[in-house]
Amino acid sequence: MKKMKMVRGYPEYMRESIELVEKTRDERLKHTFKDTYRFLTLEEREDVLKKWHPDYKEEMKRPLKIGPNKGDKVPHEVADLLEAHPLVNPDDIDLSHVDYDADILIIGSGGAGLAAALWASYSGIDPGDILIATKLRLGDANSKMSQAGIQAADRPQDSPILHYLDIMGAGHFVNDRELVKTLVMEAPFIIKWLEELGVMFDKEPDGTMVEDLIGGLCRFRVHCCRDYTGLEIMRNLMDDVLNLGIPVVEFSPAIELIMDEYGQVAGAVLWNMETEEYYVARAKSTVLATGGFGRLHIQGYATTNHYGSTADGLVLAYRVGAKMRDMDSVQYHPTGAAYPEAIVGLLCTAKLRGRGAQPVNKYGEVFVNPLEPRDVEAAMIIRECYGKNNGVETPTGMRGVWLDTPMIDIINGEGTIEKAFPAMFRQFKRQGIDMRVDPILVFPTLHYQNGGIVINVRTETGVPGLFAAGEVTGGVHGKNRLVGNSWMELMVFGRRAGIYAAERAKKAKLGKLTLDHVSKYEKMLEEAGVRTDRRSPMVLPNYKGERAISHALHIL
Amino acid sequence: MSEEGSSTPKVRIYVMGKEYKVPIGLTIMKAMEYIGYRFIRGCGCRGGFCGACATVYRIKGDYKLKMDLACQKVVEDGMYLVQIPFAPAEKKVYDIKKLKPSGNVLLEYYPELAKCVSCNTCTKACPQDLEVMDFVQAAIKGDIKEVAELSFDCIQCGLCAIRCPMGIVPYYPALLARRLYGRYIAPRSKHLRERIKEIEEGKFDAEMERYTRMTVEELKKEYLRTREEIEQ
Repeated sequence: MKKMKMVRGYPEYMRESIELVEKTRDERLKHTFKDTYRFLTLEEREDVLKKWHPDYKEEMKRPLKIGPNKGDKVPHEVADLLEAHPLVNPDDIDLSHVDYDADILIIGSGGAGLAAALWASYSGIDPGDILIATKLRLGDANSKMSQAGIQAADRPQDSPILHYLDIMGAGHFVNDRELVKTLVMEAPFIIKWLEELGVMFDKEPDGTMVEDLIGGLCRFRVHCCRDYTGLEIMRNLMDDVLNLGIPVVEFSPAIELIMDEYGQVAGAVLWNMETEEYYVARAKSTVLATGGFGRLHIQGYATTNHYGSTADGLVLAYRVGAKMRDMDSVQYHPTGAAYPEAIVGLLCTAKLRGRGAQPVNKYGEVFVNPLEPRDVEAAMIIRECYGKNNGVETPTGMRGVWLDTPMIDIINGEGTIEKAFPAMFRQFKRQGIDMRVDPILVFPTLHYQNGGIVINVRTETGVPGLFAAGEVTGGVHGKNRLVGNSWMELMVFGRRAGIYAAERAKKAKLGKLTLDHVSKYEKMLEEAGVRTDRRSPMVLPNYKGERAISHALHIL
Repeated sequence: MSEEGSSTPKVRIYVMGKEYKVPIGLTIMKAMEYIGYRFIRGCGCRGGFCGACATVYRIKGDYKLKMDLACQKVVEDGMYLVQIPFAPAEKKVYDIKKLKPSGNVLLEYYPELAKCVSCNTCTKACPQDLEVMDFVQAAIKGDIKEVAELSFDCIQCGLCAIRCPMGIVPYYPALLARRLYGRYIAPRSKHLRERIKEIEEGKFDAEMERYTRMTVEELKKEYLRTREEIEQ
């Protein structure tokens, strides 16, 4: 990258295209989102997805050789972790020495884990008998980074039925209907609970919630707290976990589940990354709330995800025999930052489009209706950049389309961006770009694990003693999640995990602890002919050297 | 960038005093990883939302001590830097349901707020550019709403707390103020409570049952029908 002339945050050569965006803006402002560009039919959606969505590239996946999902196709990056040797040598662990003895062990401290902890305590478990084990600090999770908000059908013009239909349609109708029903019916109760905790939702002076209509929805339904929704909810949940005195072990990821002689999950082996020691944590109920897999950089994509999103929980659950679903399905958020290098892949919240910012190509032309579901819009952007060559190329060889953010203040009044999008405004301002004046360059970015561990409405995984909630699970979103439903999923099913884990803990009896399943997994690998030196879980990604730098994608 | 290899322009940075050359355009965090660091502390969301990567630096030739987030700040030539892995600070314990948003509950829990000498060092330290001293002063006056509004974008990175000469930890009273505001002062949502009543009375049960039993074809039809009625 040669030192080039920069004009207000952009290389001079990009200015020509920005001028074209400005030229078409007035005309585009005459239309509402609904009639800005026609919606695709369901057949056309399938067609563009098949040609351009990364999920549909069959060569990027392979059938699993072992385990409950043997034969199912998953991304190579996921298969690499599942077809890998355990980090732990069972002989190195002294299971007779129990470091932590809890009623409930919660692995992960994002939204789902914290909701589980609080509701376990509300359900009568002594806070001191709950243990939260977390890979980094308390609350270090994707949950905190969520910007656009949380869905609940609580307006008179809306209904849980419409929420249900939006979820099913976006998820390609394969979602677990019982889970979806549970989510939409409990969502308003969750908003009330959060309001009473002290979450500062954006509201009108009379208490009416400010709600957004964003891609894939048919009603205004996404509640927000500026564009720090996840952070604000997490601050409340973390505060009460600490107020209740629930023990938290930080910097100690679970690296293997522990079972007992009766085939129940009975806790986990924790790894203190700082002192490099193993801890044995025994528990009557174990809740997996470890989040997703963005840091696997599937197909080389940059990601919006937290440093710790490495699919650890998936690996652990699979080794004790939990089944997964929809693991062939990955969410690429349509609008990740494509420029500059410092923030490549970071989220440009869907709420920007909700408030009027329009995606346009390098000529300033509209090419997609921003109210399409995420997978469709992402595929349309990839097609625009690589199929039609209508994208803007960055100095590092990436491509992107413009998200015309100045439209937000024009439509909603001056000052809207600063007031409703302080995080976004700050992020670009730090890079010398004023998104009130200039559009921002975006391209799809790896955002969410649509599939995951199968659960029922009690968050049971089918393996006795093991519960799971949040992004680590599959079913709610089918093959494509909608905006604002991840946070509601965390709350609805995190809460349920706490309640049902508590119910179980009150009567469960544990036998002798064992790691036999780890040795058995090794044997399965051998019998399936998997020869590899890979080990998993990954725990943390490795960005040493050139890996620290974002690379151009090889899409064609 | 990587394909151009050694022709990439580089800047000189000093990590805890040790000199390295790194490509231009990288954040402090990516630059340290480029050098070979693998973070356990000092790295969280990597997107400016979690406050894990507070960093202190000076630029050669400039006496001023500067503060920022390693995941957001781009390296500059002559930057010598150190990350602050943790800011010691005590959060007080309370039951939000039993507090009242009146009197001066903030000073009651955090009496050290009164020691503020209005030096504005906290504001200068804030990587979010918040008016930290202003919300500390509002807290002293008991103006919960003002504290809540001004502190809303706080990511609790700890930089204000380690810079305060009086030992104040601005973000904990701010957290308490926001919770008090959200729970007691902000207007309650009426439509939310009406919807909850409807759900409790079973208003949607029969229809929901019907939808959960529909074939995929029937669901698709309903889905497409509702696409015709998208709100404006």
